[in-house]
Amino acid sequence: MTVAIRRRAIDWGPPLLVFALGILSWQLLVVAFNVQEFLLPKPTEIARTLWDERSSLWHAGIYTFKEALGGFAIGSSLAIAVSLVFAAFRPFGTAFMPFAVAANAVPIIAFAPIMNNWFGLLNPFSKMAIAAVLCFFPVLINMLRGLTSVDPRAIELMRSYAAGQTSTFRRVRIPASLPHLFAGLKIASVLSMIGAIVGEYFGGPITALGVTILNASAYTNFSLAWAGIVVASAFGILFYSAVAFAERLTTSWDPSRRAFHGE
Amino acid sequence: MNDRPAVSIQGVSKHFKAGVTALSGIDLDVRPQELISLIGPSGCGKSTLLRIIGDLIDPSEGVVEVNGKPASQARRDHDYGIVFQEAVLYDWRTVSKNIALPLELLRWSREKRTQRVNEMLRLVELEGFEDRRPWELSGGMQQRVAIARALSFDPSLLLMDEPFGALDEMTRERLNMELLRIWEASGSTIVFVTHSIAEAVFLSTRVVVMSPRPGQIADLVDVDLPYPRTAETREEPRFFELVTGVRERLAGRGAQVEPELLEDAT
Repeated sequence: MTVAIRRRAIDWGPPLLVFALGILSWQLLVVAFNVQEFLLPKPTEIARTLWDERSSLWHAGIYTFKEALGGFAIGSSLAIAVSLVFAAFRPFGTAFMPFAVAANAVPIIAFAPIMNNWFGLLNPFSKMAIAAVLCFFPVLINMLRGLTSVDPRAIELMRSYAAGQTSTFRRVRIPASLPHLFAGLKIASVLSMIGAIVGEYFGGPITALGVTILNASAYTNFSLAWAGIVVASAFGILFYSAVAFAERLTTSWDPSRRAFHGE
Repeated sequence: MNDRPAVSIQGVSKHFKAGVTALSGIDLDVRPQELISLIGPSGCGKSTLLRIIGDLIDPSEGVVEVNGKPASQARRDHDYGIVFQEAVLYDWRTVSKNIALPLELLRWSREKRTQRVNEMLRLVELEGFEDRRPWELSGGMQQRVAIARALSFDPSLLLMDEPFGALDEMTRERLNMELLRIWEASGSTIVFVTHSIAEAVFLSTRVVVMSPRPGQIADLVDVDLPYPRTAETREEPRFFELVTGVRERLAGRGAQVEPELLEDAT
C-alpha cells in the first residue's frame, strides 16, 4: 500500500513541480516586467476572477461541455458504425476511404459559421454538429485501421473453425481494434471541445463559454477571458482523462500498452 | 473404414498471380493416425500445401479430400486444428478463454467448455496458468496453449506449420516429445511442416521431402523407428542413418538446400 503511494508520488511529483514552477515564474515575470493586463494577467488575478465568477463560469463550462459531449457522441458513434460497414464490405471501404482521409486533412472548423447558419446560432445542435464532424474522421480512420490490421493468421484460425463474418468481427476484429479506437476517441475528445468553443466564437447564447471568452476580450475584461480559457482547459483535460480511463478499463490486456507504461 | 486415407491429395498445383508456380502435380495420401512431415527448403511450397489441405487457400488444379470429403466440407465440419509458427493467441483472452474459443463457436455449454479446457490444460501441462494473459507466458508455453486450442474440439486432423520453428533448441526438443505424447493420446492425424531434418525424422511416421521451383515431392521416406520415441531415439544409429538419408534426398535433387537446413540435423 505504502509502496503504491510512494510510486504514485514518484510518478506525479515531477510534473506537479513543473506545473507549480511554471505558474510561479509566470507570476514573477509579469510583476518584474510590469506586463500590462491586456497582454497577460497575473495568475493570481485569473484565480481571483475564477473564484468571483465561479457560478457563471461553471454554468458556461457545463453548457459548452454538453455541446462537445453531444458532438463527440454523435460523431464517434457514426464513425464506429461506418468503420464497421467499411471493414465488412471492403469495396465500400476502398471506394470511400480516400475521401475520408482527404476530409481528415480539411480544416473542418472552417465550416463552423455554415453549421451556425444551418442549425441556428442559438441552437446547441449547431455546435454539436461541428464537434461531431471534427470527431468523425479521426475515429473512423483509427477504428478502420484497427479492424483491418488484424494478424491475418488470426483470421485464418477463425476460418478454420468455420466461424462466420459476424463471429469473426465479434470475437477477433472488434476486440483487436479497441486500442486503435481509443487512440481515435482521445483525439476526438480534444477536438470536440475545440469544435464547440470555436463554434461559439461565431455566435451563440451568452451563457456559452466561447461567447463568454469572446465578450470578455471585446470588453477588455482580460482576466475573465483567461478564466474562461482555464475553465475550457479543465473541461478538455477532464474529458480526455475520462476517455483515457475508459481505455484503461477496456484494454488492460493490451501488451503494447503495458510495455509502454512499464507495468 | 480405416482404409480410407485421412488426407488424399490428387494432382494439386498452385500458381500465384505473379506467374510463380508454388506447387506442381502433388499426389499424396496421408493414412489415418499418421504423423507425416513435409520438409524442404524455403520456397518449396510446403506451407502452401498445408494451407491447401486446410482449405485456407484453393488449389489452382487438383483436389484435396479429407476423411472422404472435399476440404471445404471438412473445414465446415471442424475437422481441422491448425497451429502456426507463432502461437497467434488472442491477447484480450486469458489462456483458458483462448483454448475455449473454438468451443464457443461450436456452442458448447459453459460446463462442457470448462471441463474440456481443464482437460486440455492438463494435457499440455499448463495447469495453474488458466487465468494468465498469453503474453505473460514464454514462447514455448504460448505454443502449448495454441496446441491445446487446436486440439480442444477433437479435430481429426492437426495441421502444424513449423510450430516449433521460433523456439530454442532445448524447448523444441521437449515440445517434440510432448507432441508425440499428445498425438498418441489423442489419436489424431498430424501433418507437420518443418525446416528441421532431425525434427522431421524424430516425430514422423513418414517424411515427405519436397524440392522447390516448382514445389514438388522429391521423395517419401518411411521412418521405421519404433514408438514411443524417447531422448535415446536421437542417439540411435538408425536415427542418424535416416537423418542422413533425408539430407541426401534434400540435396540430391540439385535443390538449393540452405546451410541451416543441414546444420539443423547435427
